[in-house]
Amino acid sequence: MPTANKFSVSRYAPERGPMARLTARDSVLRRLDWPILLSSLALSFLGALLVWSATRNRTTLNQGDPYYFLARHALNTGIGLVLMIGTIWLGHRTLRGAVPVLYGLSLVLILAVLTPLGATINGAHAWIVIGGGFSLQPSEFVKITIILVMAMLLATRVDAGDLAHPDHRTVVKSLCLAAAPMGIVMLMPDLGSVMVMVVIVLGVLLASGASNRWVIGLLASGVGGAVLIWQLGVLDEYQINRFAAFANPELDPAGVGYNTNQARIAIGSGGLTGSGLFKGSQTTGQFVPEQQTDFVFTVAGEELGFVGAGLILVLLGVILWRACVIARETTELYGTIVCAGIIAWFAFQSFENIGMTLGIMPVAGLPLPFVSYGGSSMFAVWIAVGLLQSIKVQRPLSA
Amino acid sequence: MTNVPETGRTSRVQIRLVIMQVLVFSMLITLGGRLWFLQIRNGAEYYHEAKSNHVQRVVQPAVRGSILDARGVPLADNETRLVVSASRTALMKMKDKGKGVMTRLAGVLDMTPKEVMDKVRLCDSQTPKPCWNGSPYQPIPVTLEATTQQALQLRERPEEYPGITAEPTAVRRYPAPGGARTAQVLGYLSPVTDDEIQKAKDTDSPHLRSDQVGRSGIERTYDRQLRGKAQVTSYEVDNLGRVMGQTKSDPGVAGSTLVTSIDARVQAVAEFELQQAMKVVRNETDNITGRKYEADSGAVVVMEARTGRIVAMASQPDYDPNTWVGGISGADYAKLTSKSSNYPLLNRGIQGMAPAGSIFKVVSASAAVRAGYKFNDKYNCSSSYSLGGRSFANFESKGHGPITLGEALKFSCNTVFYALGHKEWQRDGGLSPKKDAHDWFYRTAREFGLGSETGIDLPNEVKGRIPDRQWKQSFWAANKNSWCKQGKRGGTYVEQIAYESCLEGNQLKAYDSINFAIGQGDVLVTPIQMATAYSAISNGGTLYNPTVGKAVISPDGKHVEMVAPQSHGRLPISAQTIADLDKGLRTVVEPGGTAAWRFGGWPQDKIPMHAKTGTAQVYGKQTTSWLATYTKDFTIVMTISQGGTGSGASGPAVRNLYNAIYGLTMDGKQDLKRALLPAPETKLPRINPDGSIDSPEIRPYVPPSPEELEPPALAGPPPTRHD
Repeated sequence: MPTANKFSVSRYAPERGPMARLTARDSVLRRLDWPILLSSLALSFLGALLVWSATRNRTTLNQGDPYYFLARHALNTGIGLVLMIGTIWLGHRTLRGAVPVLYGLSLVLILAVLTPLGATINGAHAWIVIGGGFSLQPSEFVKITIILVMAMLLATRVDAGDLAHPDHRTVVKSLCLAAAPMGIVMLMPDLGSVMVMVVIVLGVLLASGASNRWVIGLLASGVGGAVLIWQLGVLDEYQINRFAAFANPELDPAGVGYNTNQARIAIGSGGLTGSGLFKGSQTTGQFVPEQQTDFVFTVAGEELGFVGAGLILVLLGVILWRACVIARETTELYGTIVCAGIIAWFAFQSFENIGMTLGIMPVAGLPLPFVSYGGSSMFAVWIAVGLLQSIKVQRPLSA
Repeated sequence: MTNVPETGRTSRVQIRLVIMQVLVFSMLITLGGRLWFLQIRNGAEYYHEAKSNHVQRVVQPAVRGSILDARGVPLADNETRLVVSASRTALMKMKDKGKGVMTRLAGVLDMTPKEVMDKVRLCDSQTPKPCWNGSPYQPIPVTLEATTQQALQLRERPEEYPGITAEPTAVRRYPAPGGARTAQVLGYLSPVTDDEIQKAKDTDSPHLRSDQVGRSGIERTYDRQLRGKAQVTSYEVDNLGRVMGQTKSDPGVAGSTLVTSIDARVQAVAEFELQQAMKVVRNETDNITGRKYEADSGAVVVMEARTGRIVAMASQPDYDPNTWVGGISGADYAKLTSKSSNYPLLNRGIQGMAPAGSIFKVVSASAAVRAGYKFNDKYNCSSSYSLGGRSFANFESKGHGPITLGEALKFSCNTVFYALGHKEWQRDGGLSPKKDAHDWFYRTAREFGLGSETGIDLPNEVKGRIPDRQWKQSFWAANKNSWCKQGKRGGTYVEQIAYESCLEGNQLKAYDSINFAIGQGDVLVTPIQMATAYSAISNGGTLYNPTVGKAVISPDGKHVEMVAPQSHGRLPISAQTIADLDKGLRTVVEPGGTAAWRFGGWPQDKIPMHAKTGTAQVYGKQTTSWLATYTKDFTIVMTISQGGTGSGASGPAVRNLYNAIYGLTMDGKQDLKRALLPAPETKLPRINPDGSIDSPEIRPYVPPSPEELEPPALAGPPPTRHD
């Protein structure tokens, strides 16, 4: 009965006042996935503290204001919340209709990065400077666009009941649409984001029910592509060095291996309960570079210890677990695919980010969702939370 | 897995979602496990690493203790100099590796840029001196002699000279009071190496990177006491080294003062007279080789006979120890370690080895007595002693007829000892030795302390060599291959010797024992060994470990730790034999004795002088001069390599030394006011309540004028050979 799903249950309910509507048993508030929302808020709050601790002494960055990054992180979280509410309000189904527009907009934005409008930060030419201290990293939003565009293509005929699984033509089409923005991001070169996008595509394909051959084929071509990139020497020296430092952390501890070494010292020195917020010597001494963004997890490790760093893992685990439940329980394939894409995105990005600070993954410039400082990343993950909520809210009550 | 059939969802998607969930959670568990491994399992290790990361130690080196002579005259102390140093770490961080800064610095200091860069480079096996062999993290001194003007120039514009500091610093100084350099005895300092830091890490006196450590001499032996403890302040710093707080401060302790038994005045005389004696014999012709004497090196040791304390110890060639201060220059280092300068770093008092020659005869006489020969029996002093067709002569080829062992010492008669040595060799079984052979001569030599270290408180003392049967055997085993290769029957002298050595070099031959009896052949002794042995004869038989250090005084003067004289044994002879030897040695300076012509006018009744001359033959070289002497208080042993005869080359110098010590003129008149040290110094210098020690005035040594050296009328002409 797919047609019944186009109408929300409240349409048929008698008119109620706004307060009553919010508190009613079938209200949006009641149906929100609160574990996801609270975990995301908790992570953002922790992130604010950690970013604050990491930047309060970095006078060259914070322009003399120790609260500069704290305030910006809070502001970003606020904007993120608004974006989430907007996404819920619009609903993932409405966005389905807007996918072509979003896709076009994304392409324009990432192409703009390659023009003189773009700026290079940490070796990746991935930013658009807006002015007033704000800059935009379009590749963060491209992740959402890829999820939505693929979900739309792969789910349409299945949700319509025409097919049990997406056919090969649809899969090829969706892969082509995903490949275009990925190719551009690769040119920046923002290899970290490309890696995440490849994993997202994998997750999406997996959840879409596409033939096993596609999944295995994509895995193989991912590995092959990596080998090819290495062999062709497309990588910049800094990227090769990151891998070299990962393979051998003792290599040149003052240079290439410095980041990973200092990160590991910071985390390891935290012990069970950490040195206490603002009291980590590695953090206050600014021994770990990029500590408010890519290496924010080291602040947690050092100052909050195993307890605090473990809490971040638990909160991420809650979000991912709830997302998995939503993915399984939603009735339409479109929602399931969107959930799966978000799961793949959050899981891999977190694993890569934390893994690199722990020395089990090579260094790649990826933010830790909710925790790392950075507007674009924050907005994107909150939009993703909005999508998850929307899927949950608009799913018929199982009761 | 919750299957929801009413969605019409295929199980493929549901299964895949579950797979995804499993993958996601295994990733999270991996992270958690790794987090546990780093934080809980290895947490302590990283904690320490983080600690050392952010703590910078600033070291204020302790002022090194002074080295004083017995009266308090500083032999080594410190002076404040303007030291310009460069921080290598700061320079290496610059784009041009500090070239620009060093070039500008060279301009200020009137040096060439290369000189500055050479000082700052690190030593390794390929880098010639000058180079820095200390820690690369410690400021490296570029010059110790900056003028105030230069220091001001550097300090006024710090932005132009990043990493360069100009600070007043305590720098070691060797003032050579009264001309007493005491170079090899004092030793020198150089920066501590990484190896030494590692080694001393867990001891009670760990090194700091900034430490200078004693490399030789008493600077090395008493390094721990002299070094003190540096003040270390730990600062918490950030990644750019900016100080964020002070964590702790270890207060420093200045180094202790070392009072030595050296008397700077006597030392100055010893150094001067040794050098003078060598200068004089270089103008004399050796009538064996027909060349002027080389006098390539020499040593003199003045020892307190009753304690083993060293009053003076000079070694030639010598050097100025100040050349080491602040890092030695390449040219200076090459000079000090080259063959052409004949290695002035060696302290020949403890590191110079030569056959003992006739000063060994006290050992042989003692051995004979131990073997059962009576000291006062008569032994034939023939003009030569023949053995298997070979004739071993007295040097003067002069016989004295039947004489006692005492007289054999007086005349230095070789043939008496040849015969005794040969007879004992036969009694021990000759070429096929008995199992319980007495080996009296070799055993006695060893028990006189020869062939082993005396235990003096100076590093790297050498053992010398007593060529007994065991030594013969092991020496032959080590060398027979090359001997057998080189040896040729009926070839040149060298080839013939090698040939014979190859065949039976492991045997102790009859001529070995004959040579040994007069301190010739393979025997090697050091001046300090002979001084220790002769002191033992003087003091009634105690072999003292010679000492230079006398007392260690804490910086506040409250704690005084004496270095007590220690004995390492007694002479293996009876008091009677010692008395007999003493009497015999006394006659050596009396009419007819081999040193009599050098001791004309000596007040033998007031200050009995004992002596033994020696002229040791060294294959391929001119003879080594030995003169061993003692009074009741002092022992003086002097040697000059390739210097001729014992009394001839060393006699005047030793006599002048005694004259200066006792305040004597050549005709034996004593003026106690002029006497430098009429009796050994038993007291320590006076320590002021504040811990300082006053230094008495010291006048340089004025050598006696030629008129003063006129020998008194009694002295006869020198014998043709003064062995």
